[in-house]
Amino acid sequence: MSDSILHSVILLSLLGIVAALVLYVVSKKFYVYENPLIAEVEELLPAANCAGCGSPGCRAFAEKLVGTDDISDLFCPVGGNDVMKLVSEALGKEVAEKDPTVAVIRCQGSCEVRPKTTEYQGPKSCTISALIYSGETDCQYGCLGDGDCVAVCQFDAMYMDEATGLPVVITDKCTSCGMCVDACPRDIIEMRPKHKRDLKIFVGCLNEEKGGIAKKACSVACIGCSKCFDICPKDAIVMENNLAYIDPEYCTLCRKCVPVCPTDSIIETNFPPRKEKKVEPKVTAKVEPVKPQPNA
Amino acid sequence: MLKTFPKGGVHPPENKLTSTKTIKRLPAPKVVYVPISQHIGIPAEIIVDRKDKVEIGQVIARSGGFVSSNIHAPVAGTVTKLDMIIDTSGYKKQCIVIRTDAKNESNFEEIDFPLKKEITLQPEEIVQRISDFGIVGLGGATFPSHVKLNIKEDRKLDCLIINGVECEPYLTADHRLMLEKTKEILVGIQILMHALRVDRAIIGIENNKKDAIEAFKTLSVQEPRIQVAALKVKYPQGGEKQLVRALLNREVPKNGLPLDVGVVVHNVGTVYAIYQAIQHNRPLMERVVTVTGKKLEKPSNFWVKIGTPIKDLVEEVGGIPEGTRKIVSGGPMMGKALKSTDVPVTKGTSGILVISEDEASRGEPKNCIRCGECVSVCPMGLEPHLLMNLSEKNMFEKAAQEDIMTCIECGSCSYVCPSHRPLLDYIRFGKNITKELQSKKV
Repeated sequence: MSDSILHSVILLSLLGIVAALVLYVVSKKFYVYENPLIAEVEELLPAANCAGCGSPGCRAFAEKLVGTDDISDLFCPVGGNDVMKLVSEALGKEVAEKDPTVAVIRCQGSCEVRPKTTEYQGPKSCTISALIYSGETDCQYGCLGDGDCVAVCQFDAMYMDEATGLPVVITDKCTSCGMCVDACPRDIIEMRPKHKRDLKIFVGCLNEEKGGIAKKACSVACIGCSKCFDICPKDAIVMENNLAYIDPEYCTLCRKCVPVCPTDSIIETNFPPRKEKKVEPKVTAKVEPVKPQPNA
Repeated sequence: MLKTFPKGGVHPPENKLTSTKTIKRLPAPKVVYVPISQHIGIPAEIIVDRKDKVEIGQVIARSGGFVSSNIHAPVAGTVTKLDMIIDTSGYKKQCIVIRTDAKNESNFEEIDFPLKKEITLQPEEIVQRISDFGIVGLGGATFPSHVKLNIKEDRKLDCLIINGVECEPYLTADHRLMLEKTKEILVGIQILMHALRVDRAIIGIENNKKDAIEAFKTLSVQEPRIQVAALKVKYPQGGEKQLVRALLNREVPKNGLPLDVGVVVHNVGTVYAIYQAIQHNRPLMERVVTVTGKKLEKPSNFWVKIGTPIKDLVEEVGGIPEGTRKIVSGGPMMGKALKSTDVPVTKGTSGILVISEDEASRGEPKNCIRCGECVSVCPMGLEPHLLMNLSEKNMFEKAAQEDIMTCIECGSCSYVCPSHRPLLDYIRFGKNITKELQSKKV
C-alpha cells in the first residue's frame, strides 16, 4: 500500500523535473529579445487603441516609437504634448510639439434653416444614404444626420442633437483621434486647433454651389460673397468654389469676419460676449453647446 | 414546358397597365437638359459652348475614352448654359441646357421612315457608326454598345441573344416597341449578326407578352437563323446571366461576361436604336419611356427626347395624383427613387413609376428570423443575409470571399424578406467598399 504511494510520488516528481528541464531548454533556445523600452513606452501611452496615430493600437505605436530613429513626425493625438514629452524623456528622442486639435462640425444645417425636401427610408447610416442620393435636403454637401460619426467615436465625445439633427462634439472629451473625420462621407468634420479656452472660428458650411442656390437650400449657407475675405487683416481666409475657408495657421481669432457674414455661416465658439459697441450685434448660431471651461 | 433560369427568382405582381397603349410621340420640350454622363464609364467631354447654335443630332459631347459614348443634341436650338442639374443619381451633375428653336421644323417632324432592309455597310463600319452615334444599352445599364461588338479575333462567338424579357413589373416600353417596330427590330438583329459574324440569334421574350412572341414568330419565318423563345415569367430573367442560362443552359462564370460562353446579349430597344443609326443615320436622341402608376389618370408609353424633364412626362399623363409618395425612374424592383421631377430623361430611363403611399412605404426592419427566403430567391446563389451582416460589421474581406461582387442588385432578397431587412442597401454598401479595397490593392 505505502509502496504504491511512494511510486506515484517519485514518478510524478520525475515527470515534473523532466518537464521543467524541457521548458527551461525551450525558453533559452527560443528566447525572443524584446526591447524593454517598448513595454515602458506602452505604459506611458493612453491605451485607447483608437488608431488615431496611424498605427493599429498603442502597442504597435510604442514599437514604432522605439524602432524609429526620428520620431518627430509621430504623434499621439489622444495623449497630446504631455504624453509625447514623457515619451521623449523615456527614449531620449526629439518629439514635435503640436497644438492640440479638436473635431469641429462644419455644417449648421438644422431642420429649421435647411428644410427637408425628401424623405429617406433606408438603413440609418450616412455612408449608405450618401450612396443612394444627396440627402433629404437640397444641399448635397451638408450633414446627412444619420450619425456615422457618433457611432465610431470611442470616447463618447459626440452625440446627435435631437433638436437640430446634427452631431455635436463634446470638446473636453474629444481626443482628436480622427475616426469621425474618416467616417463622414461628406468630409464635414475637420480637426482644428483648440487654442486657449477652446476658442475657435471656422466657416460652418461646405456648400460649393453658387450663392443663390446655396442660400435657397439652407439659410445659413456660405454664399461665397467674399466679405470675410476682404475684411480679414491676416489673409487667413481662402475663397474657393464659392466657399470661404479660414486657415487656422494664419487666423489670429480677431473675430472681424464673424459680424460681416450676411448669412451667419461663420461659427465662433466660447468667446466672451461682444462689447455693446456695434449697432446691431449679430447672434451667431452655435452648433456646439457652451461647455464649462476646464480652467475657468 | 417554358424555359427559365433554374436558381432563385421571384414573381411580383406584373401590373403591366400600359401594355395596350401605343407609343405616342411627346412634343419636343421647350428646354432640354442633357447630362454628359448617361452611360457607364467615362463621362463625355463637352464640345459646345454657351450661345452656340446646335442642329438636331449634332455631337455636343464627345466620348471620353473607349468605354464612353458620344452625346448628340436631341433638339435643334441654342445652348443657353452649361449647368449642374440633379440627375437620377440624386446628385448634381454637369448638363448641357439647350433651348429648343420653335421655328426649326426638324424638332417637330414625325419620324416614320419606310423600312429599309438592305445592309450595305461592312461589319467594321457598323461598329464604328454605333460608337459614333452614341448607342448604349437601353435596357437600363447603359453600357456603351460598341464595346460589346468589339470582339477580339481569338474569342469564340456563336450566338446573339436579343433581350425582350422586360421582367420588371409595370414597364412596357420594350413590349410596345416589339409590337410596333417588329420589322425594324428584325432588320436590326440582322445588322448585329452581320457585324458580329454570327449565324444564330435568339429573341428571348417572357410569356406574358404573347402578342409580341406571335408577331416575331410570324415575321421571322423567312429568316431561319433567328429563333423566338418564349420564357416563363420570372424576375430577374432580364439579367444577362439569367437570360443566357435560361435560353442556352450555359453558365456565365462569376465576374465573367456572356462572351466567355460565346454569347453577346443586346436589348430590343438597343437593337431598334442600332437599326435607326445604320439604316437612317439617326443618332440616339430619343427613347421609349413608360409612364405608369396605379393612381395615374392615363398612364402610357411615349417617345421622349433625351433631356426632357420628367415633370413634362408626368404632366402629360395627368399630373402627380394625390397621395403620391415616390416617383421612381425605372421599374419598381431596380429603379431609383427620384429626388425631384426636374431630373431629365436619359438614355437609361426605361420608365417613370409614380407610387402612392400604400405601395411605397418600407416596413420597419426587424431581426433576421433565419427563414432562408433570401437564399432561396437569390438568382446568383448567394447568401444575402450573410452578406448583409458582413457588410454591416465591416467585414469586407470575408464578404469578398462570399462573392459579394457577383451580386447583380436585383433586389429579390429585400423583396421577399418577411422581416423587411434592408438587405440590398447593405450589400450595395459592401460592394462599394470592396470595390474600393480591391482597386487599392491593385
